[in-house]
Amino acid sequence: MTVFAFYLFSLSAIAGGLFTVIARNPVHSVLWLILAFLSSAGLFVLLGAEFVAMLLIIVYVGAVAVLFLFVVMMLDVDFAELRAGMAKYMPLALLIGIVLLMQLAMAFGGWQASELASTQLSAPAPVDVQNTAALGLVLYDRYFLLFQLAGLILLVAMIGAIVLTLRHRVGVKRQDVLAQMWRDPKKALDLRDVKPGQGL
Amino acid sequence: MISADLNIILPEILLAVYAMLALVGAVYTGKDKLASPLVWATAAVMLIMALWIGTTGSGTRVGFFGMFNDDAFSRFAKVVILIAAACVLIMGEAFMKRHNLLRFEYPVLVVLSVIGMMVMVSAGDLMTLYMGLELQSLALYVVASLRRDSEMSTEAGLKYFVLGALSSGLLLYGASLVYGFAGTTLFSGIIAAAGTGQLSIGLLIGLVLMISGLAFKVSAVPFHMWTPDVYQGAPTPVTAFFATAPKMAAMGLFARLLHDAFGAAVSDWSQVVALIAVLSMFLGSIAAIGQRNIKRLMAYSSIAHMGYALIGLAAGTQAGVQAMLVYMAVYVTMNVGTFAFILSMQKDGQPVTEVDSLGMYAKREPGRALAVLVLLFSLAGVPPLLGFFAKLGVWQAAIASDMYWLVVASAVASAIGAYYYLRIVYLMYFGEDREDALDAGGSPVLWGFLAASAFVMVAGVVNLFGIEGAAAAAAATLVN
Repeated sequence: MTVFAFYLFSLSAIAGGLFTVIARNPVHSVLWLILAFLSSAGLFVLLGAEFVAMLLIIVYVGAVAVLFLFVVMMLDVDFAELRAGMAKYMPLALLIGIVLLMQLAMAFGGWQASELASTQLSAPAPVDVQNTAALGLVLYDRYFLLFQLAGLILLVAMIGAIVLTLRHRVGVKRQDVLAQMWRDPKKALDLRDVKPGQGL
Repeated sequence: MISADLNIILPEILLAVYAMLALVGAVYTGKDKLASPLVWATAAVMLIMALWIGTTGSGTRVGFFGMFNDDAFSRFAKVVILIAAACVLIMGEAFMKRHNLLRFEYPVLVVLSVIGMMVMVSAGDLMTLYMGLELQSLALYVVASLRRDSEMSTEAGLKYFVLGALSSGLLLYGASLVYGFAGTTLFSGIIAAAGTGQLSIGLLIGLVLMISGLAFKVSAVPFHMWTPDVYQGAPTPVTAFFATAPKMAAMGLFARLLHDAFGAAVSDWSQVVALIAVLSMFLGSIAAIGQRNIKRLMAYSSIAHMGYALIGLAAGTQAGVQAMLVYMAVYVTMNVGTFAFILSMQKDGQPVTEVDSLGMYAKREPGRALAVLVLLFSLAGVPPLLGFFAKLGVWQAAIASDMYWLVVASAVASAIGAYYYLRIVYLMYFGEDREDALDAGGSPVLWGFLAASAFVMVAGVVNLFGIEGAAAAAAATLVN
């Protein structure tokens, strides 16, 4: 059963990746990408990494892919034009791809982990603790430095997004709540008794 | 435990706190009006940090379960990085202000990228390496496209970003293969798992992929394609930054990875690094000949110089690492001076990057022309200037490792490369006086940096200001 599930998920992951690249409609590409993400999440579940699997679905499918979908739908990009050179570059791309594939096959064919590998595993999976708890234990303790550095990287991303896109417009009137509340009604309001037929 | 660990990364923590305080302070108060004082304050903070790290640090300390090293090697690199970044910030301030680019985020982003560089050169783990690298690169992508109304600048940032992402992918793929082999991402664990002698094929492919990823970052051939476009498109002060501090950081990271994690298999990577070095030297020297834009020219010059520095790494010895460190320090000094001059090149307030506009510059500005002449001769490696002694150092290291062909090749490349440096000198002294000649005069700050850099090139010949001893100590902690 597990073997069947493994081949099913692997096959759909590969198919999803392939169709992401060759689909004509960019929206379909994103949908195929979601299939690839879901299949990889399935593979993670088979490995016993259920937390990572859920994370993949929530973050990548729930946020990233949906964002992609919005971008693809909203941006006016002529994908046919982008793909125009495809036929021209295909032979070279295929050649390089096949060479890379052969090299990887060689790497994995002759694969042999070091004898020390099993003894010096930096974070061996504990047997009696749940995935999430185990991750939490190493993330905020052993990998504290990396966690903080990741925070700094996200800060840079935020600053960068603001620096590159925010434009201060002059002459825009914004609501100033405090100023509104602190206004003195006596200065803002002026009550007059207007006589009928006379006006001010 | 944790307080000892935090003590080791205290400089990085202080810089990060400074960056965040500066950011929050500027957002809530003066915004861009504060940019100029912020640049000076940032430069001052970085110089103080450099002084602090350089004078007080001693010994080797390892923190965070081996993920972070504080040793003589990382301190040497950090001091060079901090001083270079501070100099470039000060140099660029007037230029950025003149072209309405001086925003308060600029110094903050530079500080954050410097933190990334400091983490890179201290990395003791593949994950620390990657985190430092991304922190540095992400901030650099943003500052490259700081001039967001210019198509060139945006293109530079985007190109840098896409190719940088590709190189990160290569690096990560290599790292995953290495992890799969060793079962750990710690450098100490990898070197123990690799053992001595031939590396296994999976580990070898992982190593080559990681070298490719790092070659992108030092802009070595065949991963150099982004360099000229990014150098040309980015605002000139940012280009000056690209040409100095990140190069030192990437080289330091390169040396640390190769020696700390793969030091037992020098013969396996030394050939790869030697090949990259030769290709970089020749491409950098030959492709620069046709360039008329001085920023593109400096891009090819940096590619060639990375080739020379990589010779020291290819030697695979302690002397090689020492020569590489000295070379990088000298290279950074030369580039600070050269970019101080490029920043001062302008005509009617507009920046000029055409080499031809330097015609008969010596007649109008004899002092500056002389300083530029000294710097260019030093960049070309003409004896008896400091640039020559830096090259001599890497050559000696290569000869000690019996890599004679590498020395011959680099001497040939150096002779070819001398042509384009000397061509600028020729234009300045014997070229034709043109209508659109550069404005005379210029900022005293830039003139100060230019003169100081040229002075170092001449006066450093005596004893290299003693950095050879520091570099030797640094190399000794890395290679043993």
